[in-house]
Amino acid sequence: MSHPAPGLKRGLQDWLPKLVLAPSFALVLVFVYGFIVWTAVLSMSKSRILPVYKWAGFDAYERLFAQPSWYMALKNLAIFGSLYISICIALGLMLAILLDQRIRIEGALRPIYLYPMALSFVVTGTAGKWFLNPGMGIQNTVRGWGFESFTFDWLVRPDMAIYTVAIAGIWQASGFVMAMFLAGLRGIDNEMLKAATVDGASTFTIYRRIVIPLLRPAFLSAVIVLAHMAIKSYDLVIALTGGGPGNATELPSTFMYSYTFTRSQMAVGSASAMIMLMGIAAIMVPYLYSELREDRR
Amino acid sequence: MAFIEIDRLERSIGGNHILKGIDVALEKGGFLVLVGPSGCGKSTLLNAIAGLQPPTAGDIRIDGQSVLALHPSKRDIAMVFQSYALYPNMTVAQNIGFPLEMSGTPKAQREDEIRAVGKTLQIEHLLDRRPGQLSGGQRQRVAMARALVRKPRLFLFDEPLSNLDAKLRVEVRAEIKRLHQQTGATIIYVTHDQIEAMTLATQIVVMKDGVIQQSGTPAEIYNRPANMFVADFMGSPAMNMLPGQVAGDGRHMAPDAAPDRLLPLPFALRVGRRIVFGIRSENISAEGNGVEALDLPVEIVEPTGSDVFVWLRLGSAHLSARLPATSDPQLNENLRITMDISRAVIFDGESRERIDGAGH
Amino acid sequence: MSRNEAAIATAAGPGWLNRVVIYGLLLIFAAVYLTPLFVMLATSFKSLDEIRGGDILALPRDPTIEPWLKAWGSACIGVTCEGIKGYFWNSLRMVVPAVLISTMLGALNGYVLTKWRFRGHKIVFGLMLFACFIPFQSVLIPMARVLGTLGLSNSITGLVLVHVVYGLGFTTLFFRNYYEAFPTELIHSAQMDGAGFFTIFRRILLPSSAPIIVVCVIYQFTNIWNDFLFGVSFAAGESAPMTVALNNLVSSSTGVKEYNVDMAAAVIAALPTLIVYVLAGRYFMRGLMAGAVKG
Repeated sequence: MSHPAPGLKRGLQDWLPKLVLAPSFALVLVFVYGFIVWTAVLSMSKSRILPVYKWAGFDAYERLFAQPSWYMALKNLAIFGSLYISICIALGLMLAILLDQRIRIEGALRPIYLYPMALSFVVTGTAGKWFLNPGMGIQNTVRGWGFESFTFDWLVRPDMAIYTVAIAGIWQASGFVMAMFLAGLRGIDNEMLKAATVDGASTFTIYRRIVIPLLRPAFLSAVIVLAHMAIKSYDLVIALTGGGPGNATELPSTFMYSYTFTRSQMAVGSASAMIMLMGIAAIMVPYLYSELREDRR
Repeated sequence: MAFIEIDRLERSIGGNHILKGIDVALEKGGFLVLVGPSGCGKSTLLNAIAGLQPPTAGDIRIDGQSVLALHPSKRDIAMVFQSYALYPNMTVAQNIGFPLEMSGTPKAQREDEIRAVGKTLQIEHLLDRRPGQLSGGQRQRVAMARALVRKPRLFLFDEPLSNLDAKLRVEVRAEIKRLHQQTGATIIYVTHDQIEAMTLATQIVVMKDGVIQQSGTPAEIYNRPANMFVADFMGSPAMNMLPGQVAGDGRHMAPDAAPDRLLPLPFALRVGRRIVFGIRSENISAEGNGVEALDLPVEIVEPTGSDVFVWLRLGSAHLSARLPATSDPQLNENLRITMDISRAVIFDGESRERIDGAGH
Repeated sequence: MSRNEAAIATAAGPGWLNRVVIYGLLLIFAAVYLTPLFVMLATSFKSLDEIRGGDILALPRDPTIEPWLKAWGSACIGVTCEGIKGYFWNSLRMVVPAVLISTMLGALNGYVLTKWRFRGHKIVFGLMLFACFIPFQSVLIPMARVLGTLGLSNSITGLVLVHVVYGLGFTTLFFRNYYEAFPTELIHSAQMDGAGFFTIFRRILLPSSAPIIVVCVIYQFTNIWNDFLFGVSFAAGESAPMTVALNNLVSSSTGVKEYNVDMAAAVIAALPTLIVYVLAGRYFMRGLMAGAVKG
């Protein structure tokens, strides 16, 4: 605790810190919380192409949950989210453990796994679109090598396109998860591992019984961050599939955008945005709350 | 009216009382040491004087005027922090000059004063370095220079030696004492180290749990501790304490540890009263052979070079005695000792306060 | 370097076989991660004929910079055919002020929230922090209305405002966590020396903040440069940022699909952040971790 604002000279100096913080806080209050309330109001109005402040109760929510494409979006999010989170974590953990085996070229490898994170999702989507394009991309190339029957056309198959989104997403984020786990691994007390070795534990046992359980905070962070990124994913889908074929790769984020801005269903779009917000809040609020409580030192 | 007056000062945070009515008076040129175990409130008191943590009640007056309403920089107080708090991005000269710069002293005058104080503290050759390039002792000197250069009416020291190694601590301690004697500055100094308190202070305030236990000169604190806490806290090894009961003619005590070995008391008390008999190890000697001599088995011998500390067993209790380095007590053999009873301190068994001869 | 391994090695059985497997796996994955970038670069230097012929993994037989020139200067986006250069500058004109302003505000906020705490400072910080995790869909419509009212629709200034507001949470987080570890005694000492609020910030904290400033600037730069949602929502036309223009270029269905030009444009869009990543990957990493794990 610090109490540097002492004395009782109630002057400008005492108010200055709060004055400095005030503009930022006001911006956040208005542009974030005020706007959320505004969106909530819109979601209970009859707004279509323009905001109309006529009370409609939960009408828009009812219409939202009557839309097959909204269920499509939720289902896609479930598929995409679960694959994205689980494969990123599996891959990230594996790479981190492998990299932690005193690898001479670690300094060169680590940035290679991580660089996709520095790219825009639009760039990833553009590259993916080209790469996974059945006519020109990898399918064509492999056939050119002599495997004439090789087929990889997920990008244009409505039942499979969402998996290409997951692949692109995993490519982009798994290196980041690797870095989180690597940081966790480096934080583990070396002497404990020595003790376990002396006690006769095998490498596999040491990882299974000691190391991985100690990485729990890293697992938690990874799940939270990935879940949050999955719900917010928008650019990647737009750039890779445009939500198609048809609406096969629709996610809540793209649903909200198209209903609000192209289909002139502002109330329904707002309702979907509120549902997204609730989803994020359900994940982030407990997490941030516990993180902020922890540093009460 | 004293130069510094602290008047019924209190501070509490969220129902937690850290200072419970502190009264302190210090004359100009005095060296007051606040000493106590960690959490006793001594640092809070120092911060309240500095103006860094406002008190919730009471007053602080310097030279007759309350300073509570003044910003820390307006109190004309300089402080040396435990971590030295040197600004890492500034050179030593810039660090020392910072308070002068803030008060608007012209550059040329600033440089003269930096040089002068650098000379006093023998850090002239370091003026262009940065704090990161200095040793602990050098940083300490820079921190003192930064305080000194302001020529404040009061210096505050917050455990300034606790980050130094043992040898350096003794050196810098002497240096602080020399500075005090040379400049006649008024100093309030916080430490948990009772030796620092004894060596430096003209006045010691012993604190515990936000309450002053005793205030007095080092000799008073050491020889006539107000209660068992002060007696135990000040001095190393701690004062020997033997609980027991006044017995026989009222001039003897039967220690609980060995009820059959009666110890003489310096004054008469009511027979049967619960008391604690305290005696410092240097007041036990292996010379003399009077009627009050005791033969006690030697358990541990600790030669320190200048003295030999002996741990003796008295029934189920232990006594430490400080003997001359030339003595050669034998382990497990009986040693004949006498106590200088005139130096013994008697505490009430209930209140744990010191009892003087008059109080029966 | 790895320390854990030293302890585990002794229990690890036949050494060389393990090492071969480990290195093999790591190298295979490295190749997988690099392939898309390689394909983008290779394709961007190929002629359309060569692309139709074939192997996307092959190096260009006859490298040409024609696609790059076209992407930069003459490719058609929407109705205009002036390439992406204008949008590239749009992005730059948006990123620089947005990064500078949000970083500066974040630094001041972090300073207040650690060294000048007041009752409720945690709630204020919590509200600011949660703000950067919300799905921006939930503020999109009001923001569009407000920008319209302010006359900032389809303007770079509008985008700067949006990115400053929604970046504040992260920049504040970075500086708060950094200043949290900054010794409060230094602040006390400066106060006693007579320094005021801004003097302490400028003379004591700021000179020691270089690392976190770099982290924050890189994080904000990457985030804002890569943003698509705000760009497409609030600046669709001439003032669109690079990412929006790239998407328009790629998804425009008129004429022959020029994959080489698409890829050149994609690489150009990726280049600024990639350069930053190569030059200061360590700081980029620190930013990501701090933004994710609270550091």
